[in-house]
Amino acid sequence: MVIMSKNSIVDFSKIKDELADLAKPIQVLDQNAKVVNQAVFDSFSDDQLVEFMKKMVWERALHEQTMNFSRQGRMGFYAPTAGEEASEMGTVMAMQKQDYLVPAYRDIPQLIQHGATVTEAFLWSRGHVKGNEFEARALMPQIIIGAAYVETAGVALGLKKNGEDAIAFSYTGDGGTSQGDSYEGMNFAGAYKVPALFIVQNNGYAISVPRESQTAAPALTQKAIAAGIPSVQVDGMDILACYSVAKAARDYMLAGNGPVMIETLTNRYGAHSSAGDDPKRYRTDEQQKPWLEKDPLIRLRKVLTDKKLWTEEQEEALIKEYKDSFKDALKQADAVEPEKVSDMLKRTFEVPTPELQAQIAKFEEKESN
Amino acid sequence: MSKKSYIQAITEALDIMLQEDPKTLIFGEDVGKNGGVFRTTQGLQEKYGADRVFDTPLAESGILGLAIGLGLTGWRPIPEIQFSGFTLEAVDSIVGQMSRMRFRFNGKKNSPITVRSPYGGGTHTAEMHSDNLENIFTGVPGLRVVMPSNPYDAKGLLISSIENNDPVLYLENLKLYRSMKDDIPDEKYTVPLDQANIVQEGNDITIVAYGAQVQEAQKAAEELAKSNISCEVIDLRTVSPIDTATIFKSIAKTHKVVIVQEAQKMAGVGAQVASAISEEAILSLDAPIGRVAAPNSVYPFALAEEVWIPRKDEIVAKVNEIINY
Repeated sequence: MVIMSKNSIVDFSKIKDELADLAKPIQVLDQNAKVVNQAVFDSFSDDQLVEFMKKMVWERALHEQTMNFSRQGRMGFYAPTAGEEASEMGTVMAMQKQDYLVPAYRDIPQLIQHGATVTEAFLWSRGHVKGNEFEARALMPQIIIGAAYVETAGVALGLKKNGEDAIAFSYTGDGGTSQGDSYEGMNFAGAYKVPALFIVQNNGYAISVPRESQTAAPALTQKAIAAGIPSVQVDGMDILACYSVAKAARDYMLAGNGPVMIETLTNRYGAHSSAGDDPKRYRTDEQQKPWLEKDPLIRLRKVLTDKKLWTEEQEEALIKEYKDSFKDALKQADAVEPEKVSDMLKRTFEVPTPELQAQIAKFEEKESN
Repeated sequence: MSKKSYIQAITEALDIMLQEDPKTLIFGEDVGKNGGVFRTTQGLQEKYGADRVFDTPLAESGILGLAIGLGLTGWRPIPEIQFSGFTLEAVDSIVGQMSRMRFRFNGKKNSPITVRSPYGGGTHTAEMHSDNLENIFTGVPGLRVVMPSNPYDAKGLLISSIENNDPVLYLENLKLYRSMKDDIPDEKYTVPLDQANIVQEGNDITIVAYGAQVQEAQKAAEELAKSNISCEVIDLRTVSPIDTATIFKSIAKTHKVVIVQEAQKMAGVGAQVASAISEEAILSLDAPIGRVAAPNSVYPFALAEEVWIPRKDEIVAKVNEIINY
């Protein structure tokens, strides 16, 4: 880094220019589905490529079906995921069951992929405690942006202390990188050299606020540099790149090297959430057009079609199969008994206090009538 | 059995729990080699190693996020926030996260965490070191707030807090740290959570207090005894949840009550005690509920502490007022 210049003891412009070099996303497939990293591409078997495609089709179908349910009033809070399939499925498929997922509110597909049932995910959306009783090694989707990152540092330290062959992995969005907790989490993980993978899904917007308004940093990977941990930008519409980078990060961390941060450059095709957000208020069709052309499904579909591994009919059949399974999952969610206040009081502490016991008795009497 | 300060009682409790439960971990700013800024963790890193007792980067939210994550992976964290004023940096971790863990997961996950933090006035600290912030945390479902008033309770309540499988905010009084010594057992013992303690029996009036104000209440009771006023002094020990049964039983006998707290009068523990009495035991009383608390200003600058913090004389005056109602 050049520090001296003719007129000044330090050349700040030069330092700033050097930061811009951080914005160089890794790709395996370019936008036209052309292989730009042959060695990595060749490392995938045909079966793996098909599996990636299936998972993305599954996530897109989940998104579409959930939107339908949402419009029918059969779903609660839901944060759309269309456009983020490569980023979400690619990273989570590189993980193992023993890894600990600390998701945020948009990370429902990863939570299901990691072991929660679709019914549980739907119950979470509706707001029912049974939605959080999943067997998966994971926390529930975190609503407080940033909190997942400090908790991930702690989970990773716990796994390391346990001597487990497992990592902690967590997601936030571009807006989330502005939170103090995001920095604290990465900094703690770095200081303790723990296996914590921080994934920033940069879809360009935090509700209506564009990523450029969050920070002057040319790449969000720079946030990790402040914590002294390696970070890399990935084409978030390229599932092969997302998977490969996440897998490399996991291997690196399990070798005892400490945390990693990955920024996936992606886009959400839908609104911020089902709670009345209208993206037309803050972004234009022209802005969206190039992203729709970068659709991660289009890209891999072309590769598979060229290899004669995929057909339109096959995809349609899969979509139907998936959507039917989501309808079944929703029926199962419908069948779950409503919650009782007495149960909420009972699970506030391990042993209810006398005051809670009195309230439990009161509500149990009401509930028995 | 030997004479120990409040600090020594705390160190002993931590030592016992580190020894007994290999899953306990102590961490925070300067708690390792330095032994804590008040020496409450003195010698513990040396004895148990830096894997069990360790320093953290300077970030309170990060410290408690660490605690939550460690709690989820089988550990029993005992993090320290250097001064309770700095708990504000970690309010989400306490209120938004650890206190809800059991509730969120229907008991399948929990936060067996004891957050230790010193508070309280009378030692001329810099700003944000002595604030009585228990009021912020006593209204939080799923969280216990424990505030011992003497070395015996400090040790027994800390052991109970650490053994408890739900989060506890354990607040240590700065003024009491070195100002008193009690004969306390060297071995492990517990003081139950959620239970008040009648530190002095009496018949004429009940004084409810906690933290450093328990001593002030006892001093007041001593002085009032000279005028033949017999005070029953109750130390809450756990300020959330509050042991109202003990209070109701006492006022059924004395028919009068004065509630004492060092914190500002608004909201908080004293108001909670008063409202519980109003709702459920008002007919026990034959005089209004008396309250002694700090004025509703921001915590004072160091030189103004003595005119601001409630002391014995104010308690004596309030008791006389209620007795003579």
